Amino acid sequence: MRIPSPGGVPLGGSLLGSPLQLLLLCCSFALAGYAGVRLLAGDWFGVALWFVGAAVLHDLVLLPLYGAVDRALVRTAGRHVMYVRVPAALSLLLLLVWFPLISGRVADRYGSATGLSPDGFAARWLLLTALLFGGSAVLFVLRLRRATKQRPPAAH
Amino acid sequence: MVRGPVSGPGRAYGRGMARSSRTLVSPLSPFSPGFWRSPLRGPWFTSVLGVVLLGGMTLLFVTGLLSYAAYNPDLSPVNDKTPDKGILGFYLFSWPTDPHWLYRLNQGVHVTLGITLVPVLLAKLWSVAPKLFTLPPARSLAHALERISLLLLVGGALFEFVTGLLNVQLDYLFPGSFYPLHFYGAWVFFTAFVVHAALKMPLAWRNLRHLREERTESVSPAPAEPTVSRRGALWFVGGGSLLLFLTTAGQSFDGVLRRTALLAPHGGAEPGSGPGAFQINKTAAYAGIDPAETGEEAWRLVVTGRGGTVRLSRADLLRLPLHSAALPIACVEGWSTSDQWWRGVRLRDLAALVGYEGDPPDVLVESLQRRGAFRRAALRANQVADPRSLLALFVNGEDLTPDHGHPARIIVPAAPGVLNTKWVARLTFGDL
Repeated sequence: MRIPSPGGVPLGGSLLGSPLQLLLLCCSFALAGYAGVRLLAGDWFGVALWFVGAAVLHDLVLLPLYGAVDRALVRTAGRHVMYVRVPAALSLLLLLVWFPLISGRVADRYGSATGLSPDGFAARWLLLTALLFGGSAVLFVLRLRRATKQRPPAAH
Repeated sequence: MVRGPVSGPGRAYGRGMARSSRTLVSPLSPFSPGFWRSPLRGPWFTSVLGVVLLGGMTLLFVTGLLSYAAYNPDLSPVNDKTPDKGILGFYLFSWPTDPHWLYRLNQGVHVTLGITLVPVLLAKLWSVAPKLFTLPPARSLAHALERISLLLLVGGALFEFVTGLLNVQLDYLFPGSFYPLHFYGAWVFFTAFVVHAALKMPLAWRNLRHLREERTESVSPAPAEPTVSRRGALWFVGGGSLLLFLTTAGQSFDGVLRRTALLAPHGGAEPGSGPGAFQINKTAAYAGIDPAETGEEAWRLVVTGRGGTVRLSRADLLRLPLHSAALPIACVEGWSTSDQWWRGVRLRDLAALVGYEGDPPDVLVESLQRRGAFRRAALRANQVADPRSLLALFVNGEDLTPDHGHPARIIVPAAPGVLNTKWVARLTFGDL
């Protein structure tokens, strides 16, 4: 017998959810547990912190942060926002992925291990950033000029 | 005349409703649907990214498992950084030596694809962010378990990407050794990934095939003015991937192409000049090689087998039959060189010297190097038997340079870079 819940949706069956879904999830948890025990075999606290911390840091810090920056950008740049948003996001993406090399925090190890120069990552990133913003500016001017030319004369 | 006054109040009515619905649920709380204003979020956008990740992540997992197998971890404890792997090593097989570019291709795809997928992963997580804050937290037991599984999925994906990206940049911040963390982390991630794909793919396919816009948690009830179309946003994500790809992929090639890898760890110019000017994983200085140990007088190669032990100077090795092989160096970090021209003594000829005439066994290779996880490494019989597997003394027509393993190094077709041991001191033939 199903007990009606305050929302009108019957409880009982819906309390458990789909049986197939439950089976799949339990199977997945069992395997994840098997691998997880081995993942946590060393510094279990450190690994758990990294695993959960990565999700928390992304969802509660990184995502709101770039969302807020983007909203501020939209307020400032209005309908031309894409000309700033695209180069800024691409530049920050490169910085995010290559941060250890660009920031120089691994410069000593990198230089002595690979025999390659650790200098130049920051400079190349800055040049790419300049290229991205420069390209966007050129595109903006070209489109603005084309729009001005195509606009019918206002007097007629 | 008639339509004008009717449509006017209609639009005003709609606007008023939108404004009042926004004031009813506090837009400051991420738990209120009105908090999420982007008009881009929706099933179509999420489904496209989901399908890309389904293919991409699966390929990452498979190339990762292949790379793990390439180390032959079941051959010898010295190759095995995950001795407690249990059933997770169920698929292991003898890593082949053909085609000779196999590891180069596998690892180039693994690392380059991983880097290329970073924007796709970030966009996917952005598109489903409102679902994180749905109330009630769980509608049913299955839903509660699914949300826990999503923590493994998101945490696992980020953990794998972050450890991978840090490792290729030699930034060993993570809490432990890279091999077990990245390997076991991949399995935890993939178990959650498979179940997520099984539960969501039917819906994603429907969304893509019928372009049906269902109202879900991710669709904003009070969307802000769009600043870009959904298609435009996809181009944006794809552009990010393309930029990362173009500034990374070159590190798997030489010359001009390597110079296009502007930010990748092994992009840019080759180290040094002359025949030894190709990429180095660890220099002699970094590995702690003392030049006094590698000189003509000091260095002796000790070869042991069932027939006894022989000690060979470099001059002794030069009197043995020398053979050539054109083989690449391909690193687990994803970079590689094109084929270099190696010249040296065949490993199977060295095996024959110590009692294995015609039936070369496995070999344990030991280096002079003071540090490094693979100072000692094992090669399987099929690798020893390959006529292109050499104890190389020369590369590109000259003596090996110190950084490439002078006085002698191993070079084996299709093997991961670290199994091509440099500064070899001892070879122990026999079944491992």
